[in-house]
Amino acid sequence: MRIAIVDESAVRATIIEEGLAELDGCELFVLTERKGLLARIEEIGPDIVLIDLGNPSRDVLEEYFAVSRALARPIAIFVDESDDDAIAASIDAGVSAYVVDGLAANRIRPLLDLAVKRFNAFARLQSELAEAKGKLAERDMIDKAKRILMDSRRLSEPEAYGEMRRKAMQSSKRIADIAEALVTAHELLDK
Amino acid sequence: MSDELKIGFLPLVDACLPILAHEHGFAEEEGLTLVFQRDVSWATVLDRLLYGHSDAAHLVAPLAIATTLGRGRPAQPIAAPFVLGLNGNAITLHTDLAARIDAPEGLGNPQGIGAALARQAAERAGSGRRLRFGVVHRYSSHNYMLRYWLASCGIQPDEDVEIVTISPPFLADALAAGEIDGACVGEPWNSAAVQRGVGVIVLATAQIWRRGVEKVLGLREAVLEDKRPQVEALIRAMRMAGRHFIEPENWARNADILARPEYLDADPLLIRRAISDRLVLRQGGEPIHYSDFMFQYREAANFPWVSQAEWLYTQMVRWDGGGFDPQDARKAARVFRPDIYRSALKDVDDILPSASSKVEGSLDSPLAVTTQSGDMTLGKNTFFDGMSFDPDDMQTYLAGLP
Repeated sequence: MRIAIVDESAVRATIIEEGLAELDGCELFVLTERKGLLARIEEIGPDIVLIDLGNPSRDVLEEYFAVSRALARPIAIFVDESDDDAIAASIDAGVSAYVVDGLAANRIRPLLDLAVKRFNAFARLQSELAEAKGKLAERDMIDKAKRILMDSRRLSEPEAYGEMRRKAMQSSKRIADIAEALVTAHELLDK
Repeated sequence: MSDELKIGFLPLVDACLPILAHEHGFAEEEGLTLVFQRDVSWATVLDRLLYGHSDAAHLVAPLAIATTLGRGRPAQPIAAPFVLGLNGNAITLHTDLAARIDAPEGLGNPQGIGAALARQAAERAGSGRRLRFGVVHRYSSHNYMLRYWLASCGIQPDEDVEIVTISPPFLADALAAGEIDGACVGEPWNSAAVQRGVGVIVLATAQIWRRGVEKVLGLREAVLEDKRPQVEALIRAMRMAGRHFIEPENWARNADILARPEYLDADPLLIRRAISDRLVLRQGGEPIHYSDFMFQYREAANFPWVSQAEWLYTQMVRWDGGGFDPQDARKAARVFRPDIYRSALKDVDDILPSASSKVEGSLDSPLAVTTQSGDMTLGKNTFFDGMSFDPDDMQTYLAGLP
């Protein structure tokens, strides 16, 4: 089975590719370039095309498939009308699949399940990364707030931190929120 | 009480009404919280609507009908209780092609430009590479407007030229790379191509059909039934947004809102021009004013006339082939839901037409019409070739088209 993975995010495409590589009898093609996409697809002649929902080329690709219906290898959207759960799961994961008409559902289902898993894995990775970035930003914010307290009230660093922690506990807020409020107030008063 | 509705949209100026209903608090006044889902292809906007990621969506009107009829997707009935706007699109030609057809300084007339284009199309077809035009989707008003114009000017869209699908934000790229010779897309993407010097705007779609139906608010029929009060509240909020939208003193502020990264992520200057019916046609030119370029609010512009859906169905038959099917025609007509629109606005001070259908393109001068409340004069609504569409006789209309 020839599978084309269309994704402008090269990292995600690689993650999907790695996931699908464990399937037997599959040949994988990764397309990350918008330019010349249809020519590449024509050249590859895939049985299945996987494309992420955020890809601006989706309408272009769908039109190509609609037109090629008249050709020898008609491509239909998704697996099968009856396989609605599989479609819903793939949309939830952010991937759509186009399949050459007549491919047996039992050959496609495991592939689609795997693709969905890999998409979800990538999404998890991204949110972890965002969380890590957020934590880093929080630490910066706390440092800034500490310096403001140290300067304006002539406190030592542990004292400044202690003050913020006390305030946070009193008002049952997070230290990062107290720090943010302090920095915002300082910026406002400073101007 | 605050009910939430999630709305899918593509970054185009005519996604303005739900966005402004949210930003100016009209939705909140109706007890609604609107959440937005921005996407970059109609396929994804539609998939999210069909699989429940969104409750309602900004949709090209023919796509709502195509989905109901099961074209391109398994059939699912879509309801469109509100037209998000009329026209607002333009035809942009590659700078070289515009020079070859000797495009006038201002907007030309559709016949004249069509005749010049027909000569170029014949020449190019003779040399083996037909002129290629981009539209945003097979089931878009852009495709039908472009085809209507070409066919009326003696250019057969599927034989004399080639029509392909492009993604509007990449119009300028596609022109610059020579992938297409022209396109019909919405704003601000024509203007973005002009700004880059790769395209010249030669026509506004309003010149092809003065009151052409454009985007609709689409929902799954089942969702509409389920969330009827919220949808009606949304309709009222969008009418308020429309009233705000057409006031000149609000143009700058609204353009700034729409330009934000979470909405259109585009140049506020270009958006403001579209809102105010002003366009720069070629690089370095002065903005010209073309009234009704993008038609909003007035003359009950948001009312979903059943005859509009029926006209779109005739174009679908015309270009998809397969012949006229009375059952499909009825299903297509049912997509537009004036009953919901009326129900939403019956107790507020707004204009509600008495009829649900009209002969499209029949008014060459303004006409006062009866309404359930308020006075309304419908303006000129002609097709450029003088034809009119009687929804009671779709087959005769189809037979009379070139």
